[in-house]
Amino acid sequence: MKKELKVSAIRNGTVIDHISPARALDVARILSLETFTDPVALAMNVPSGKIGRKDVVKIENRALSESEVNEIALVAPQSTLNIIKDYEVVEKRKLELPDVIHGILTCVNPNCISRREGSAKFIVEKKHPVILRCYYCERLMRDDEISRRAKA
Amino acid sequence: MRMKNRDIISIRDFTKGDIEYVLDKSAQMETDAAKNRRMLEGHVLSTLFFEPSTRTRLSFEAAMNRLGGRVISVAESKSSSVAKGETLADTVRTVEQYSDVIVMRHPSEGAARLAADAVAIPVINAGDGANQHPTQTLLDLYTIRKSCGVIDGLSIGLMGDLKYGRTVHSLATALSHYDVKLTFVSPEALQMPLEIKHHFDERGIPFREIARVEEIGKVDVLYVTRIQAERFPDPTEYERVRGVYKLGPAALETLGKAKIMHPLPRVDEISPEIDGTDNAVYFAQARHGIPVRMTLLSLVLGAFE
Repeated sequence: MKKELKVSAIRNGTVIDHISPARALDVARILSLETFTDPVALAMNVPSGKIGRKDVVKIENRALSESEVNEIALVAPQSTLNIIKDYEVVEKRKLELPDVIHGILTCVNPNCISRREGSAKFIVEKKHPVILRCYYCERLMRDDEISRRAKA
Repeated sequence: MRMKNRDIISIRDFTKGDIEYVLDKSAQMETDAAKNRRMLEGHVLSTLFFEPSTRTRLSFEAAMNRLGGRVISVAESKSSSVAKGETLADTVRTVEQYSDVIVMRHPSEGAARLAADAVAIPVINAGDGANQHPTQTLLDLYTIRKSCGVIDGLSIGLMGDLKYGRTVHSLATALSHYDVKLTFVSPEALQMPLEIKHHFDERGIPFREIARVEEIGKVDVLYVTRIQAERFPDPTEYERVRGVYKLGPAALETLGKAKIMHPLPRVDEISPEIDGTDNAVYFAQARHGIPVRMTLLSLVLGAFE
């Protein structure tokens, strides 16, 4: 076991690593882990050679959808997704936001037309830190607003 | 056919080249207006105003009429199927069957973009909530260029409600394409939003913020907007600042030859005594709505290039 993780390895499932500190709870919220019945491990403020401190989320027997991955990339950009099979990492990739995001968040502007009809769409203006612009009403959403609005 | 079928939704969609192209074409249209009386003959414009407007709707309708086109109109949402619960997308798809171009004002931000995506004919945004009013911005730029000869190199003041004013936000965004010096004159509570100031910082455009017009120094243009009492959480604060943002004849000593603009309607922020001076260009500004909107209609309909 790697010293910095301080939690046991999983057999099959997903490990989200290098999450910015204090964002593991946002990730858990996005994935509705409070209702998940298989083992889940959340590690927070773990020392990291790469980013100083990091959070880690390990989920047994759970594969993530592309939409969940995009939503995690919004609140925890630059985190790493590891897919585990039989204790082995079979796929590892850095989370990157696409240039356009559909349907994950609602617009922060209560008077935006997307709150009434159609579906939300955002242009990713900046990836680090994340800044989104609503395709319709052009309002900017910054990091803190995005975390607050990420799916409960 | 550079702009044929193009939607006019946000000034953010315009490059400096696009803006200059529209301004050049507008100047040509103003000179040749008499020759272009049949330019849009056979074309139908739908004006959909889901929110009250006098000058914008009239000026679009006048522009279409002056080019020989026809206009059909929904003047308020109460008389339209929207009142029966129809979606905006369905409304504009239906109107598309009757006309060649849509001009729309709507109280929700983003409505014009949604409408433009729903139909194949061009949509021109005549105001979407607090967001954009791009044709106002283009006529403002046209007025600046016509009054001063150029835009690059000018010193421009924006005064009044800079926090909530859609017009000044769009104008400021458009001016960020130019080599200009900007001065923002407003009470502290109504200063230009940080987002716009960051945009200027990123583009290296100098600006300064002051609270009183007496401190403005030499400017070529002063763009005045109305301060509305309802924007102030505390009415006494409004009473304290309202007089500061009124221009009377005494202000002309500070302003010298600066051209004074205003998107209108004004209430009491510019004294009528200024109307007859060489400084006042706000009624000319309203007049410029006609050649600029004639130009935009004919460009998006592919009748002018």
